[in-house]
Amino acid sequence: MSHDVHVEARNEAEYQHSRRKAGQAMRNQVTVFAVMIFLTFIAFAAVQAGFSAYLVVPLVLLFAGVQVGLQLYYFMHLSEKGTGIMQFFIYSGALVAFTMVLGFVTIVWI
Amino acid sequence: MSSTAKKKGFGATIWDYLTTVDHKKIAILYLIAGTLFFVIGGIEAMLIRIQLAKPNNDFVSAGLFNEIITMHGTTMIFLAAMPLLFAFMNAVVPLQIGARDVAFPFLNSLGFWLFFWGGIFLNLSWLLGGAPDAGWTSYASLSLASPGHGIDFYAIGLQISGAGTLISGINFIVTIINMRAPGMTFMRMPLFTWTTFVSSSLILFAFPPLTVGLFFMIFDRMFGSNFFDHTMGGNTIIWEHLFWIFGHPEVYILVLPAFGLYSEIIPTFARKRLFGYSSMVFATILIGFLGFMVWAHHMFTVGLGATANAIFAVATMAIAVPTGMKVFNWLCTMWGGSIKVTTPMLYALGFIPSFVAGGVTGVMQASAPLDYQLHDSYFIVAHFHYVIVGGIVLALFAGAHFYWPIMFNRMLNETLGKITFVVFFIGFHMTFFVQHFLGLMGMPRRVFTYLPNQGLDTYNLISTIGAFLMAIGVVLLVVNVIITTIQNKPCGRDPWGDGRTLEWAIPQPVPYYNFKQTPLVRGLDTYWIEKMEGNKEGMSYAEPISDIHMPNNSIIPFVMVFGLFVAGFGALYNPDADKPWALAVLIIGLAITFGSMIVRSLKDDLGYHISKEELMNEKGGNE
Ligand code: HEM
Ligand SMILES: [Cu+2]
Repeated sequence: MSHDVHVEARNEAEYQHSRRKAGQAMRNQVTVFAVMIFLTFIAFAAVQAGFSAYLVVPLVLLFAGVQVGLQLYYFMHLSEKGTGIMQFFIYSGALVAFTMVLGFVTIVWI
Repeated sequence: MSSTAKKKGFGATIWDYLTTVDHKKIAILYLIAGTLFFVIGGIEAMLIRIQLAKPNNDFVSAGLFNEIITMHGTTMIFLAAMPLLFAFMNAVVPLQIGARDVAFPFLNSLGFWLFFWGGIFLNLSWLLGGAPDAGWTSYASLSLASPGHGIDFYAIGLQISGAGTLISGINFIVTIINMRAPGMTFMRMPLFTWTTFVSSSLILFAFPPLTVGLFFMIFDRMFGSNFFDHTMGGNTIIWEHLFWIFGHPEVYILVLPAFGLYSEIIPTFARKRLFGYSSMVFATILIGFLGFMVWAHHMFTVGLGATANAIFAVATMAIAVPTGMKVFNWLCTMWGGSIKVTTPMLYALGFIPSFVAGGVTGVMQASAPLDYQLHDSYFIVAHFHYVIVGGIVLALFAGAHFYWPIMFNRMLNETLGKITFVVFFIGFHMTFFVQHFLGLMGMPRRVFTYLPNQGLDTYNLISTIGAFLMAIGVVLLVVNVIITTIQNKPCGRDPWGDGRTLEWAIPQPVPYYNFKQTPLVRGLDTYWIEKMEGNKEGMSYAEPISDIHMPNNSIIPFVMVFGLFVAGFGALYNPDADKPWALAVLIIGLAITFGSMIVRSLKDDLGYHISKEELMNEKGGNE
C-alpha cells in the first residue's frame, strides 16, 4: 500500500457524533465490568458457603461461560462490524474443541 | 536496492537465501528441501519394496524394516508432501491475490527453518543410534516400549517442524484475509487461494492436538511422566485419539491444496471457467469441517463400542459427498471445453480416476464391520496410496510443470514431461492396484516378510516392479529439471498462453516487490478478463505508482531455530545417566532461542522504502 500521508478533516457534527458514541461505549464497558465483578463474587461466595459440589461446579462453569461472552463482545469489541471472520473462526474452533471433548468424555473416559 | 538484479557470488547467494524473507525465495527453499526429503523417503520406499519382492527375503532385518517404514511414512507426510505444497502456496498465493508478500515475512522464514531443522533432526536418528520404529502413527503402547532414542527423535523432530507448519498456516490465514488486492472479494479468490486458506485453517485447528500429544510423549519418554502408561494410571488410547484428531484433518490439509492445483490447471487447459465455482468453495469448507468429525474411523477396531463406530462411520461416508461434488465440477469444467493436453493437464486427467478409486476404497473402510477385515492389511496401504500418490503426488508433479514458469521463468520440457507422466502413472497403478488384493488375501501391513505359496508372491513382485517404474519417473523429472536449468531459456509472461489468474499477468522474472502498482480485481479470473478486453498490460491498477515499503532480510529466524535444534539434543539425551552434559546443552539451546527472540523484540527493524523514482526507472521484467 501507499504511504502517502492522508488527513481526514472532521466537521463539528461528526465530532459530536463520535464523542457520543465513545461515551456510550465507555458506559457499556463500565456496566459490564461491574456485572463481571458481581458474577465473580457470587462464584467465590458459592464456594465459600460450602454448597454441594453438584451446585457449585455447574454454577461456576456457567458464570465462566457468561464472562467469556461478555469479555469477547464488550471488551474485545466482537459486537462491532467487520468481525465476521473472527467470529467464524472462534465458533469453528469452539465447535472442533467441543467435538474433541465430547469424544473424549463419551468414548475414552466413561 | 536495485542492486538485487546484479549477479552475486556463491557465498552471497547462500547468505541471501539464509536471510531471505521474500515469499518467492522461501518457495524455492521449500521446493529444494521438500525434494530432498522426497528423495530420501523414496529411497526408503524402494528398500521396503525390495525387501517384499519375494517371500522369506532377508534383504533387511525385521528391526531395520520397522525403522524404514516408520521413516518413510513420517518423511513423506511431514517433510515431503507438506513442504512441497507450501512451496507452491508461497510461490503462487501472494501473486494470485495481488499482494507484495505474505502478511508476516519474518514468520514465513521462521516457519521454513523450523520445518527444515526439524526434518534434519529427525533424519539424524539414522546416524545416531537408530531411527524411530513404531510406525508413522507411533502408537504409545509400542513407542513407549521402543528402546534407544529413535522415538525421541520422532517426537522432538516433529515438534520442531510442526511448530513451523503451524506458524506458516497462521501466516497464510492472515495473508489471505488481509492482503487481497482491492476488488478481490472472497468469492473472487482463485481456488488455489481458497484451498490454501481452508487448509491453513485446518492446520490451525489440527496441529495443536498433535503438539499436545507429542509433548505428552516427550514427557513420558524423557522426563518420567506417565500419560500413556496404563500401569501407572495413564491411558495409551489417548495418544491414538490425539494423533488421529490431528491425523485425519492432516490428510485433508494435504489433499485440499492439491485439489486447488487441479482447479487451476483444469480450467486453464479446458479454456473454460471453472464449473460451479461457488459449490467448489462450499465443498472445500464443508470437507474442512467434516474432516474434524471422523477421526475415530482409524480406531474402529480399538473397541470404542458399536454406537461410536456407527456415528463415525456415517460421518466418514458423508465426506464422500462434497468430494464427489468436486469431481463432478472438474468433469463439467472439461465438458465442452477446447482441451489442450499439456503435461499438467495430463496429470490432472490421470488424477481424477485414480483419486476416485482411492475415495471408493475409503468409503468401503468407513463401513465399520468391513473395516474389521480390512484394518491393518495391505488394503489400507493401497487405499491411502491411491489418495496420496494419485491425489497429492500427481498434483505436485502437475504443479511443478504448471508453475515452473512462475517460479523460475523457465518451461520444463513438455515431451519429457509426458513421458515422465506415462512411466510414473503406470508404475503407480502397478504398485498399488495389486495391493488391494494382497490385503483382501490377508497380507498384513508393516510385516517385514511373508511365507511362500500363499498366493502372495506374484502380486508382491508386480508391486515391486511398479515401484521401480515410479522411481524411474521421478528420476526423469529430475533430469527434466536439470535439462531446463542448463538450457536456461527464459519463457516470459504467461507462457501457457491461457493463464486466467493474476499470477500470470505479472512480468517475468517477477520483480522482488511483485506489483509495481497494486492491481484492481474486476472479477473471477482477473487476467482472463483483462485479456478479453484487449488490455496489453494484463492488469488494471488500483493506485498510482508510489513508494513501496519492504521488509529487511534477517538471519534471526535461522539462529532462533538453530537454538531449538541444539536444545532438542539436550532434551533427547537428558535421561541418559552417562551424558551429564545433556542438561547444559538443553539450557544453552534454549538460551540461543530466547536470546534471538529478545534481540528481535528490542531491535526495531522498520524495513526500507523503494522510492517512486526508482520504480519509474525500473522496467520490471524483461518483456
Ligand atoms: C472419501 C474420502 C476418504 C474416506 C472415506 C477415507 C476413509 C479412511 C478410513 C476409514 C481409513 C482407516 C482404515 C483403517 O485403518 O482401518 C483410512 C485410512 C487412511 N486414509 Fe483415508 N479416507 C478418505 C480419503 C483420504 C485422503 C484424501 C487421504 C490423504 C490425502 C487419506 C489418507 C489415509 C491414510 C494415510 C490412512 C492410513 C492411516 C494409517 O493407518 O496409517 N484418506 N481412510
Ligand atoms: Cu481418516
